[in-house]
Amino acid sequence: MTLALAVAVGVLYGTGTYLLLQRTLTRVVIGLAMMGHGANLLLLLAGGSPGLPPLIGDATRERGALADPLPQAMALTAIVITFGTVAFLLALAYRSWALTDDDEVEDDVEDRRIARAPVVPDVVIEQEEP
Amino acid sequence: MGVALVAALAGRLGRGVYLVAAVPPAAAVVAGAVVAPDVLAGRVLTESHAWAGSLGLEVQLRLDAFALLMVALVSGVGVLVFLYATQYFAGGARRHATFAATLLGFSGAMLGLVLSDNALLLFVFWELTSATSYLLIGTDDRRPEARGAALHAYLVTGGGGLALLAGLVLLGQQAGTTTISGLVADPPTGPLAEAGLVLVLLGAFTKSAQVPFIAWLPGAMAAPTPVSAYLHSATMVKAGIYLIARLAPAFATSSTVWRPLVLTVGVLTMLAGGRRALRQHDLKRLLAYGTVGQLGFLVVLLGAGTPEATFAGCLLLVAHAAFKATLFMGVGIVDHQAHTRDLRRLSDLRRALPGLFAVMIGAGVSMAGLPPLLGFLAKEEAFAALREGGQTLVLAGVVVGSALTVAYTARLLVDGFLRVRSGPDVVGPGAVARPSWAFVAPAAALTVGSLAAGVFPQLVDGLVNAAALALDPAWEGYTLALWHGFTPELALSGVTLAGGLAIWRLAGRTGRLALPELPGGGEVFESGVHALQVGAARLTGVLQNGSLPLYLSVISLTVVSVPGVVLLTRGARLALPDLAANAVQGLVVVVIVVAAVIAAGTGRRFAAVLFLGAIGYGVAVLFVIQGAPDLALTQFLFETLSLVVFVLVLRHLPDRFAIRPPGTFRLFRAVVATAVGVFVAGFALVVVQARTAPSVGREYLDLALPEAEGRNVVNTILVDFRGLDTLGEITVLIVAALGVTSLVAVARQRRRGHETAAREPELEEAGA
Repeated sequence: MTLALAVAVGVLYGTGTYLLLQRTLTRVVIGLAMMGHGANLLLLLAGGSPGLPPLIGDATRERGALADPLPQAMALTAIVITFGTVAFLLALAYRSWALTDDDEVEDDVEDRRIARAPVVPDVVIEQEEP
Repeated sequence: MGVALVAALAGRLGRGVYLVAAVPPAAAVVAGAVVAPDVLAGRVLTESHAWAGSLGLEVQLRLDAFALLMVALVSGVGVLVFLYATQYFAGGARRHATFAATLLGFSGAMLGLVLSDNALLLFVFWELTSATSYLLIGTDDRRPEARGAALHAYLVTGGGGLALLAGLVLLGQQAGTTTISGLVADPPTGPLAEAGLVLVLLGAFTKSAQVPFIAWLPGAMAAPTPVSAYLHSATMVKAGIYLIARLAPAFATSSTVWRPLVLTVGVLTMLAGGRRALRQHDLKRLLAYGTVGQLGFLVVLLGAGTPEATFAGCLLLVAHAAFKATLFMGVGIVDHQAHTRDLRRLSDLRRALPGLFAVMIGAGVSMAGLPPLLGFLAKEEAFAALREGGQTLVLAGVVVGSALTVAYTARLLVDGFLRVRSGPDVVGPGAVARPSWAFVAPAAALTVGSLAAGVFPQLVDGLVNAAALALDPAWEGYTLALWHGFTPELALSGVTLAGGLAIWRLAGRTGRLALPELPGGGEVFESGVHALQVGAARLTGVLQNGSLPLYLSVISLTVVSVPGVVLLTRGARLALPDLAANAVQGLVVVVIVVAAVIAAGTGRRFAAVLFLGAIGYGVAVLFVIQGAPDLALTQFLFETLSLVVFVLVLRHLPDRFAIRPPGTFRLFRAVVATAVGVFVAGFALVVVQARTAPSVGREYLDLALPEAEGRNVVNTILVDFRGLDTLGEITVLIVAALGVTSLVAVARQRRRGHETAAREPELEEAGA
């Protein structure tokens, strides 16, 4: 891990969050993809120090010099799944645009209704006659 | 004894005709009677079964004379209540089976409570009585008052139950035992034990409706009368009394807080209950407040911790159970026959219900503490115990409280049954149907019992003496008698009677008494519940306002702030690493950062996607430098695929993003985003230096060739060692592909109407 890599991860997460907080669905998808890149990088970096590719060849390659293969396998899986998610979200954006000529994320109407609903107490305590 | 418990529990499953439901309590009475000679002679029956031993939780049952007395009350009154219920519900009440089963479960829980020796088991039964009483009070669930009262009772007693649990655990840890008998035999001392005691007392006070928790009990009379009769006399509220009685002889002397707390609360409750009872027009509510007052009396006696007071308390316990059950049943009959229990609407009830009136006189006289009933004996003993104990102030409070008892008894009997009224609402004697003998019989049986025990005290002498001895080994024994000659207690009884009648006359004339108002609790509870609901609704309105960006901001800030604090406090010591591994790495990072910032800031869709692609390829280069060629390969492949998919979709969409958000929210987003970025970067730095154990991944390096016959270790992990994970990954892709296909298909159908000849994107995944 070097300072530069940490900065790269941080910037990817930061810009990803910035885009994720938008209302345009395309931007949200791009933000998610950026965060995905950051996450994959972080996964690999967190596994340990860099090394030679984990390929077992002749005896001259020492085991200790090889990189840890487990984080690599995990990151590989993560890359593929990120792609699946992005493709799905893009299809959503396309559908939203096809149906409404827009790819805005609207406010949840039901949530809005709940937020505006008056408070009705449902506990009635019998009051004594004075 | 164990048999009695099991019978009661098994009976919950039984079908609920009340007569059938009366069998288990009756069996408990018989079982109790069988073992009675042994137990009264001082033997203690115990039984123990393993349950959850690692928690210190065992089914330890213990039957001594005091428990036997409680069993007799719980089951004896229980049988009568079930007999009474057969008549009370003669016409059209709903759901008999459910109701009878719940009532039986309630009875069984109370039996279990008085028989359990393990403190945790006692807590379990304690909460069971709270839960079943919730169901019973809310039996008439179509009435909002009944639901409110049930909730009130449950929140107060259940909350007190939690305090009790904490207190019992504290006490148990200090004493090193989990049994009540062990606690009493060797009471722990010290500040922690005192705190535990206060918590236990809090639980007992809520359960027994002591100041300031009195309001739930009068509310609980929303329950059908059989429940009220049972709940107010032998069960539920007696649970707190039972626990105080068990602990008092040991802790009244070993603890400095016990006596002041118990005596103050008891006396205040007695006064508050009596005073409020005097103001009621509803006969049932009058009795409910009367119960509060009597419970205060019991807390004073059984909590005082002297052998004499304990003895008087045991006697009053029996007397109270008998007369209070009778009075509730009687008021239930009035309500049932006259269809009102408002004493302003009742006229000359004596002539309409002469038999019932006789029974009520008997019970009322016992409640007022007049000879020759059991209540008189109990009150005399109580005065004597307090006088000999030198607790003058408490004695004075109890005398005033007893005078109030006399006053509200007079209100019940004279104003309720004797007075002749007229008016449009008044129900005259002609309009009141005679109840059947079977309806009155259970109440009459208890009154006859009270009278017999008052005239021939030797009937209860043995049981009460043995019970007092079981609670306090210092008790020397005493022979009860109706007539002791002219003693100071007799004089006090005279004062009580005269004072009570005077208060009654005065209260009848002015309508209320000029006594200081004590906190009721009902209003406090209601406003508390209301504030909670309003607060929850407001909070929901703010947090869940429908805006996705806001939801994500809240989540992001939580992620940053909570673990971020830990990171700041723990991670600050870590050393800063090198700037970059080599020039290529540094260069690529610069490219990524610039591309990311541009992608986030640009207003054009295609530009954003292209810079996203640049980031992806940059990350792939970083993978190579880090020693992960497989990853880099996959990253290149999928980045290309992503770009293709993006372009296919985006060619349908306008080039520019629609609206720019208002400035303040952009600033807010920038702040949140920066916070997240800084946090993750810091996290990355810390997490690398935080490893304490060697990676499990190293094993795969050794196993790859011999076990999986592969030289590319990452590949062997994916397809061999962790093959199932890869299967899951493929499944995810298939699901995503199906989703994409259907989404696009639907959109295409809708679109076909107003757009022609546009070639639609084919979104297909190639698979991993």
